[in-house]
Amino acid sequence: MAKRIESIGVNAYYGGFRAIEDVNLVIEPKTITALIGPSGCGKSTFLRTLNRMHEVIPGARVEGKLLLDDEDIYGQGVDATGVRRTIGMVFQRPNPFPTMSIYDNVVAGLRLNGVKKKSDLDTAAERSLQGANLWNEVKDRLSKPGAGLSGGQQQRLCIARAIAVEPQVMLMDEPCSALDPISTLAIEDLMSELKDRFTIVIVTHNMQQAARVSDRTGFFTIEGTGSPGRLVEIDDTQKIFTNPTEKRTEDYITGRFG
Amino acid sequence: MTTTAPELSGPADRLLEDEPLASSNGVLRLPALLGLAAAVIALTVGLFAVTDLQGRAGFVVVAALLYLVAQTAVSAVVEGPRRSRDRAVTTAVATCFLVALIPLVSVAVYVVRQGATRFDAAFFTETLRGVGVRNPGGGARQAIIGTLQQVGLATLFSVPLGLLVSIYIVEYGRGRLAAAIRFFVDVMTGIPSIVAGLFVFSFWILGLGFGYSGFAAALALTILMLPTVVRSSEEMLKLVPDSLREASFALGVPKWKTILRIVMPTALPGILTGIMLAIARAMGETAPVLLTALGNPNLNTNPFSGAQSSLPLFIYQSAGNSLQAFIDRAWTAALVLILVVMALNLLARVIIKTSKIGKG
Repeated sequence: MAKRIESIGVNAYYGGFRAIEDVNLVIEPKTITALIGPSGCGKSTFLRTLNRMHEVIPGARVEGKLLLDDEDIYGQGVDATGVRRTIGMVFQRPNPFPTMSIYDNVVAGLRLNGVKKKSDLDTAAERSLQGANLWNEVKDRLSKPGAGLSGGQQQRLCIARAIAVEPQVMLMDEPCSALDPISTLAIEDLMSELKDRFTIVIVTHNMQQAARVSDRTGFFTIEGTGSPGRLVEIDDTQKIFTNPTEKRTEDYITGRFG
Repeated sequence: MTTTAPELSGPADRLLEDEPLASSNGVLRLPALLGLAAAVIALTVGLFAVTDLQGRAGFVVVAALLYLVAQTAVSAVVEGPRRSRDRAVTTAVATCFLVALIPLVSVAVYVVRQGATRFDAAFFTETLRGVGVRNPGGGARQAIIGTLQQVGLATLFSVPLGLLVSIYIVEYGRGRLAAAIRFFVDVMTGIPSIVAGLFVFSFWILGLGFGYSGFAAALALTILMLPTVVRSSEEMLKLVPDSLREASFALGVPKWKTILRIVMPTALPGILTGIMLAIARAMGETAPVLLTALGNPNLNTNPFSGAQSSLPLFIYQSAGNSLQAFIDRAWTAALVLILVVMALNLLARVIIKTSKIGKG
């Protein structure tokens, strides 16, 4: 059920500003790909083009082809909501729905997409919370508000919510940057488990994290303010961190770069 | 660096001095303050005896000002300048709070006292039908029903319309059209209520030839409620963080469903408060109702045909009369009006509390 992603000549714009230029890469199914790079280099923007979340921002648009298996998600007649159902996303800050209980948060995606049967929802809620390693902590208080959990638990709740709709690909935009090291570890462990079922793409500022969890790493950078971000290289994580092809990558991962 | 830069490396002059953590000054306790207050009151009594100053209100104002000055001075000597300033501002703030409370409490107390005279069952079950001009008795049933029907209809029109407009402005509107709508809603906010009444009077009643009716009054009230509902809902919808919308989009939920099931419930408490304010304002309107529903001493339960009364209109028309029976009825109608608005407010609060919202 995990799918392959191929990006062909992808450019993303905010109004007249080109944020990323000509990104070409392949992400294999059931792998974890980490995207690293300095702030403003377009890695988050690229991540958001992968499930058509980029176009939610007024004036934002995307050029190029993004193939999910062999289907272009920017092709004619492709519905963005359908794409997002297939490609889930976890955000930088935990964002549980404040009006909903823990249970309602987890099944929100299913319920809002028309699943009504209580037994189906119950099963999905338990399975997703198990999958997000949160079940044991919250099973006795499923009807309590989701916003009452700790930051790390909230983020795992958001992951449970994302995997409840059974996507093919999971995008994570700096999912641990607002969390403490213990919650971060919990989520990194979770990612390794989720790899068996999903294709995972994670944006991170933490290079140790990229080295720990990912199979492949892509390095983005910008030449200077106002110029678009580019993918410098993408390769096996081991190679990127030990023997990168590009000088710029080496400068960045060794800390000799802005 | 060859240019002459200011010396930055040396020890900087500290802009803030260290202060001792524990003050060696004394502390003014409650007995001392009470003594001070007594002294100030005595001084004020003396002042009123020897000068031209007089009047109870003047006494309170002079005493309060004198106390503020005396307390600040004594505290400055005993406790030091910082505590003294703290006391001065605390006293000033508390005094302002009490002053602001005076009109609120006195209006409530006065209306209850005056309105109690006729606050009986007949007031709610009878109308003015067959009540002799000079006789006491009679009731305002026609006015209560008129108010509920007119404001109810106006709420029915303005709330869905206002919500849809605010959703358009916040969630869909881009560029000139949204800006224009926002501008005209702002302009509408400033429309005097009598102008709204005149508009419906000339357009609906004179122009189109429909007679006076509760429905015409509801149209005028709708014009008044609409901008309030739009603006308050707009502000509340804007407060819903974009991260919630994005979370919902990322689950593959369509935009309309995201607005209906995620954004609206999150903003609901604030939206309800705005609606309540609009309803409370509409309930107290007299002029537009006078021009459109005219008023009626008899019961007319059909808002779509014939003149109707309403509580503010009933108050206006009764209070203009010099006979005590009319004045008593006007006061009781005022009391009932306040109670109805209060009951609606409480109802809205209960709805907010019992819904799942806002418990996070």
